Amino acid sequence: MVDKMDYTPLRIPLGPVHPALKEPISFRVTVRKEEIVDVDVQLGHVHRGIESLAESRNLIQTLYLVERICGICSHSHTTCFTQALEEIGGIKPSWRALYLRTLIFELERMHSHLFLLGIMAYEIGFDTLFMFTWHARENVLDLFEEITGNRIHHSMNTIGGVRWDLSLHMVEKINDSLKEMEKSIKYIEEVFQDKTVEERLCGVGVLGYNEARELCVVGPTARGSGVSMDIRRDYPYAAYSELKESFSVVLRNSADACARTEVRIFELFESINIIRTILDKLPNGAISTGISVLKLMSKIPEGETVSIVEAPRGELLYFVKTNGKEGLLRLKVRTPTIPNVLGLKPMLIGCEIADIPVTAASIDPCMACANRITVINQDKGEARVINWENLRRRGKKQ
Amino acid sequence: MRAAARSRIKSPWLFHLNTGSCAGCDIEIVAALTPRYDVERLGCILVGSPRHADVLLVTGPVTRQMLPRFVRVYEQVPEPKAVVAIGACATSGSPFIGSQMIEGPPDKIIPVDIYVAGCPPRPEAIVRGVVTAVKTKFG
Repeated sequence: MVDKMDYTPLRIPLGPVHPALKEPISFRVTVRKEEIVDVDVQLGHVHRGIESLAESRNLIQTLYLVERICGICSHSHTTCFTQALEEIGGIKPSWRALYLRTLIFELERMHSHLFLLGIMAYEIGFDTLFMFTWHARENVLDLFEEITGNRIHHSMNTIGGVRWDLSLHMVEKINDSLKEMEKSIKYIEEVFQDKTVEERLCGVGVLGYNEARELCVVGPTARGSGVSMDIRRDYPYAAYSELKESFSVVLRNSADACARTEVRIFELFESINIIRTILDKLPNGAISTGISVLKLMSKIPEGETVSIVEAPRGELLYFVKTNGKEGLLRLKVRTPTIPNVLGLKPMLIGCEIADIPVTAASIDPCMACANRITVINQDKGEARVINWENLRRRGKKQ
Repeated sequence: MRAAARSRIKSPWLFHLNTGSCAGCDIEIVAALTPRYDVERLGCILVGSPRHADVLLVTGPVTRQMLPRFVRVYEQVPEPKAVVAIGACATSGSPFIGSQMIEGPPDKIIPVDIYVAGCPPRPEAIVRGVVTAVKTKFG
């Protein structure tokens, strides 16, 4: 009798300031009974206008600005940006510099994945695991602090190389720390196989293979749906072309929150392998070009290029256009969270309200990265949206 | 009012508001709650609603979108309250100063009691900032 009643859909606004996720994001969820029938994700609450700010600053100032796009994957942003500048300027960093860049990159991936595993545990109400994971994460932050002097924004990259070298003493220390971390990650893996975790994560937020391909989701979200893509393997940058044997791409086919969590856990072991290989193979040599950065900056000519890296959350793309006068004409950043947030809609439809935090956390959203604005003409109330036809016409004109 | 203030010294409850930060300061605030630093042993706890909070932790330069929400959250925190601005963005707006989308720094909009500098500040610095705010404001 109750099931035959016609329920009118109810719209529930969630956010932007809410206790589940620490960053401002707003959902407009339409529910019928407990079931979600429609989701509208609104971004733009932390839009800081970084791309337009970059156009008014010089290249070195922009290097520090792009680092502050995101506090979790800051090294990915600077690597991507310096790679683009080095390509335009024809500067070749030494192999030692590239290896050190890769080392920090993998440590950052470990820090980011452990961060997310903790958040996942928190969202399913498993606070002990949350505390344990974050305790393991502090080891990575200690290594960052000893290598670069900073816990979060490392400022490791500069044009033509890196800023800090690695001593033999540090190599030993990293090896010791890796052993300790491997032990705790194995323990975390065991706890994640627990029945309560499985019950809470399996079958929640399913994004099938075809939908994942259509929405172009990237990174662990795509790999959790069985899409085999990894920029480290497909378009190797930094020192990854020499490290191909030391890692494999982790794939899962069940396409739910559990699969995405598993991908991240096993990527941690891959990262440990990569770091060990780096420490073994670390070549000797200078870590930078030896020329002052200001001189290097003034020599970068006018030009444009695209640079891609595999950030902890997936593919990160930079389009950089320099003006030849130490500045930028255009900077375009496409962060991995933008395609991944689009995947939230098919994931959430059919789920229950209580699944929203788990599903949202399982794509590892980074709102600081993913903010865009829509220009609205206030008098007419029209939003300036460009459709595919117009975009193509504009592209042909230029 | 004095009795209400004095009752807040022992276990200040915190509310954390992100007004457009890069998540660097936010994860350091959460890191202060986890086993290495563990401020929960001092009675501090992050609460989900501003109406339950005694101390407001602000991170980020205030963006245009967050401005009305920021003012509303500040008004919802019951008196007497302390406001702690955490990180370089919340203290001075750098490096985003000059952007059209930034309305801050927060002290342009609301009274801020304690500034914690750093990009991002270490968890120890955040804990000290909160302790100083509690002592000066409620002590």
